[in-house]
Amino acid sequence: MTYTDWLRADRLPHIYCAGCGNGTVINCTLNAVVQAGLKKEETVFVSGIGCSSRAPGYIVTDSLHTTHGRALAFATGIKMANPALSVVVFTGDGDLAAIGGNHFIHACRRNIDLTVICMNNMIYGMTGGQGSPTTPRMALSTTTPYGSAEPAFDLCELAIAAGANYVSRWTSYHVKELTRAILAGLRTPGLSFIEAMVQCPTNFGRRNRYRQPLDQVEYFKAHGMLVEKVRRMQEEGREIPPDTIVLGELARRNRPAMGVKP
Amino acid sequence: MQGNVACAEGALAAGCSFFAGYPITPSTEIAEHMAARLPKKGGVFIQMEDELASIAAVIGAAWTGARAMTATSGPGFSLMMENIGFAAMTETPCVIVNIQRGGPSTGQPTMSAQADMMQCRFGSHGDYSIIALSPASVQEMYELSAEAFNLADRFRVPVFLMADEIIGHLRERIEIPDSVQKTERKPLPPGELPFHPGDDLVPGFPRFGTGHGVHVTGLTHDERGYPCATNPKVHEELVRRLVEKVESKRHEIADYRVTNPDAELVFVTYGSPARSVEQVLHDNPEKTIGHLRFRIVWPFPENALREFPNARAFLVPEQNLGQMAREIERHTSVPVIRLPRFGGALHTPEELVSALEGLA
Repeated sequence: MTYTDWLRADRLPHIYCAGCGNGTVINCTLNAVVQAGLKKEETVFVSGIGCSSRAPGYIVTDSLHTTHGRALAFATGIKMANPALSVVVFTGDGDLAAIGGNHFIHACRRNIDLTVICMNNMIYGMTGGQGSPTTPRMALSTTTPYGSAEPAFDLCELAIAAGANYVSRWTSYHVKELTRAILAGLRTPGLSFIEAMVQCPTNFGRRNRYRQPLDQVEYFKAHGMLVEKVRRMQEEGREIPPDTIVLGELARRNRPAMGVKP
Repeated sequence: MQGNVACAEGALAAGCSFFAGYPITPSTEIAEHMAARLPKKGGVFIQMEDELASIAAVIGAAWTGARAMTATSGPGFSLMMENIGFAAMTETPCVIVNIQRGGPSTGQPTMSAQADMMQCRFGSHGDYSIIALSPASVQEMYELSAEAFNLADRFRVPVFLMADEIIGHLRERIEIPDSVQKTERKPLPPGELPFHPGDDLVPGFPRFGTGHGVHVTGLTHDERGYPCATNPKVHEELVRRLVEKVESKRHEIADYRVTNPDAELVFVTYGSPARSVEQVLHDNPEKTIGHLRFRIVWPFPENALREFPNARAFLVPEQNLGQMAREIERHTSVPVIRLPRFGGALHTPEELVSALEGLA
């Protein structure tokens, strides 16, 4: 079986813009799901609202496309009522960290056995490019026309502080690593959080000097640094460049979990 | 037994296996009782981070096939509204209990009210229809709580148990039946599209985890369940069906009690004001005072008003400024007298009698 067997072919083509990074994340996720040996009839994809949240509609399994920010609360109900199901949540930076922030920290605290994949494009894409909680300081968006004045959230630090068992960050450039991280997440009991930074040429890139899709992918490649190297540099007292994206497995532990498959 | 405990016990008797909730006065005893009872019956109780999450978890659990419930009061009810619309749009069977207290806003947490009757019918955005029950005793808290699940499963709608604080905290002796009647959720026939309605306008239920591969979305969707949000015809047909599947069956769903149908002066009630009217009827046994008591309030069965052919006036005591009185006015040419009593005090039999004397 390959990942294409999991695609809902009669719904293609998808609605994503040319050059969008979300398709890469769906591809990596389905590859991981196949490698994990999950069964279609025992797997449920859940999402909230936004570009990321359209992903479950392109997958053949049971799926629940819910309300803005609430995907994790719906997924909690599914998983607690039937722990035999594998439940994967697709979400985005606005969906997860703004309107859904409270559900995010509580799902991590409960350590519900979910695999949560956040497509972080640092912008509200579906509504046309407004600033989000992960929009970098001074970045331009339709609601930050003079540059964002707000410091951004670090989603992985948030997940670690709140108690998730597995936390990893990769980007749309690092497809093999991202696939392996999602696979590790699927295999880890408790809440697994995988942040996938993705380019949004239509609404983030074009206002922030990444007009071509690959411009932002190149940025991810150039500014990504493995967490092991970051820690080593810190130990050696060397300065970490300010725009560094810390990549890799940021947490793996065995806190008590809920809703784990019997 | 306390009303709130009877509500929880009725739900358990109906096979409720999932409860998600958030503490709020005056409904909390329902969550506390479920927390104690559900784990011992192999069910799931989970206290969520807020009411938005509570109703979301209930809807998620319902898609795995569980009979699922939450309980709240005014402020929590307001928070649930968006996801109640999601349940209506996705045709998710679930039960929402509202032990009503005084509002608006934080209002009177410990005092009784019936001021969320319009909110339960119309509170979420868009057109849709729901079913709402209103118990007037601890016995009915048990019976109607169980019946709410049958209606939810049969019509695939969110069903509301719209009790008030007085009934929720009332203690009465009740009779618990050996078993309660259960209506099964109609399954999706093999090969059928997941949102293709049957003759009853209700689609079969494709439970998650049974290989249907159903996509469930709050977006306007076609019979395959696929988003179809810019086609006016698809949207109109879907919304009309969501309303019609309930409204066209309103006289079948109807559940009301008629006392003294020949009377000229008729009290119309639901919930705790019915008890004051019953006292008035008890004190005046000459059968000249009528009483129409709704156990199911929405969809409103207007034919019930015709059970009183000699009616000269309908008197409507409510713990609000006249929410259901307005609905009654829409369906009759007989004068409707509003008898609001709110702030938490129940109507006294004396004030109801003086309202009658004013019409004599």
